[in-house]
Amino acid sequence: MSPGNARMVLHGIGVAPGIAIGKAYRVDRNKVSLAYYYLPSPAQIKREKERFDVAVEKAEADLKEIRAKMAGAFPEHAYIIDTHIHILRDSMLYDETMRTIDQQAVNAEWALRQALEKVQQIFAEINDEYIRSRFSDVDFVAERVLQNLTGQNKQSVTGIRERVIVVAQDLSPADTIQLQVEKTLAIVTDMGGKTSHTAIITRSLDIPAVVGLEKVYQAVRSGELMVVDGHAGKVIIDPDEELLNFYYERQYQLERYRKEVVRCAELPAETEDGYHIKIQANIELLEEVVAVIDNGAEGVGLYRTEYLYLNLDQPPNEETLFWDYRELAEIIYPETVTFRTLDLGADKLSTRLRPSNETNPALGLRSIRLCLQEDQTFRTQLRAILRVSGITKNVKIMFPMISGVGELRAAKTVLEEVKHSLIKESIEFDKDLQLGIMIEVPSAVAVADLLAREVDFFSIGTNDLVQYALAIDRVNEHVAHLYEPLHPAILRMIKQAADAGRQAGISVSLCGELAGEPLYIPILLGFGLDSLSMNPLAVPRVKKIIRNASMEESKDCLNEVLQFTTADQVNDYLCELAWRRFREDFELFADGMGKLPAASGIDQ
Amino acid sequence: MVVQVERKEFTVRNKLGLHARAATKIVQTSSQFQSRICIIKNGREADAKSMLDILTLSCPHGTRIELCAEGKDAAEAVAALTVLFDNKFGEE
Repeated sequence: MSPGNARMVLHGIGVAPGIAIGKAYRVDRNKVSLAYYYLPSPAQIKREKERFDVAVEKAEADLKEIRAKMAGAFPEHAYIIDTHIHILRDSMLYDETMRTIDQQAVNAEWALRQALEKVQQIFAEINDEYIRSRFSDVDFVAERVLQNLTGQNKQSVTGIRERVIVVAQDLSPADTIQLQVEKTLAIVTDMGGKTSHTAIITRSLDIPAVVGLEKVYQAVRSGELMVVDGHAGKVIIDPDEELLNFYYERQYQLERYRKEVVRCAELPAETEDGYHIKIQANIELLEEVVAVIDNGAEGVGLYRTEYLYLNLDQPPNEETLFWDYRELAEIIYPETVTFRTLDLGADKLSTRLRPSNETNPALGLRSIRLCLQEDQTFRTQLRAILRVSGITKNVKIMFPMISGVGELRAAKTVLEEVKHSLIKESIEFDKDLQLGIMIEVPSAVAVADLLAREVDFFSIGTNDLVQYALAIDRVNEHVAHLYEPLHPAILRMIKQAADAGRQAGISVSLCGELAGEPLYIPILLGFGLDSLSMNPLAVPRVKKIIRNASMEESKDCLNEVLQFTTADQVNDYLCELAWRRFREDFELFADGMGKLPAASGIDQ
Repeated sequence: MVVQVERKEFTVRNKLGLHARAATKIVQTSSQFQSRICIIKNGREADAKSMLDILTLSCPHGTRIELCAEGKDAAEAVAALTVLFDNKFGEE
């Protein structure tokens, strides 16, 4: 254990790595509550209109100030503030509010809220999801004016004057975008998960963040000293001097280590005895490509394509998909991008595709099964991917959740039909495009030799494989402790799939959290995989460790590990090996000077 | 005083269509002129000086629209907006 004491230690989900030490700054995002009152005289109406004007002017001045600050640190986002300034004076909001004050003789807050509701109605009727979602900008602007009117000027992220740790219940995209990077040491929130907006933005901005803390907002006071450990997902409130010194030292060491590792991120992952394994990135959003390139990943091994489908009444159209995919493929070129076709599942269904209540959604209509049923949505996506392949020639397609040859052939038939229709329309696509499948259902492992004859590559998806093979729902707290990626059954299954792929002469990669976990590198190398795909931030450290490893030793390690009977034994063995062989790559991530935690990296 | 009326047809050619950034540029440009300027799509008019009106007109890539300016600087206004449309708002 680490030395020293603190007033409180909270555990959440570390979504962006790094350690931050600083003062807490609580950001209140609760909406202003509104009063209604009637203005009996023309003089009062006139005064009310002036009051509204002052509130708008103040909001405008504030926004201009933010814009000036942002133009330096964040030029690509400055236009968003321009948009906000225009909305502030827009006739649909400003003139409409003035008119309502006049005609209905009501207070400015009430009039503004009415105008806002009208705008909301108009936006709600628009088909274009992008434009519809822009209502959040209008809402944001109106909220600022309302805060000025009521004088309840809540602390907002723009009011930050020194470098602080932002503490909030939740942060909206508009809040996150306004954060002044140079003034924000870290972000901690009560809500959110690994894929929340805050998580993605903080990772791309390289600010440590811990989310899902449940009660940090309530527990901490503004100005109180905190430590945020983005690796361990830990937040320490008011630490004593001993603990503080421990974290200062660790922060310094980690920074030094990270700089060194990132500096070498471009070097290939080649073992001491000359075995090269490709290290790629898993991403979910186009915006993450920056992290892919900065961290030296050799292309995108898994593009999760679900994001564009979330919370839509209609699936996105072909053009929307085409441009998103094309931009990604062009940026990644000459490396490759593997598009995993829609893997909409129990936890991430968009409204229209949601099937009727299922008692067991993880085993229900999802992923490739849903695509084969909602075949039009599937075809549209395949068309978009194929069209991009014709332009950039660096595209691969991968079907998720394939359970056997029959299902694979059904999906391949759809793909062939889409290709035929493109040929008929004289639209180009890459004739040599590689097709692969995720190996994540236990039955696919059992028939891996049969599946290998039908595709160009395998990608072993360990997250689902562990869940399905061990019959463990990892988010169910009662059984989560049984979620063991190092279970001998899992190791045998990975080996079986990897061997089947190699015997058939196709390439085999592994994606999922396992791939980005430095502790597991010796066994992953031992499987003889062609590539690993992981969270971009995990890439530099994994590459460094591989460069110091040897294939011979890794094969011995795997053979040894395959003799073990429990996951704990495997874990102890790997910890001991890591400690002996790669001490400098692990000691900073260990808890105190003692044992390594089972998972020391950050992924997904 | 002579009131001019200028009309011109365009196709939205930037890939994102008239979204927030493009609409902001239209408003910035239109606001420099005294003329009443509107964008017409399928008979529906939007005030070219209102960001929300333009946005909610919903003009994706490929939409045909008509620009109409009315006032003494109508010709200049249409000319300035033509440059914006022709340059695809500085986007792809």
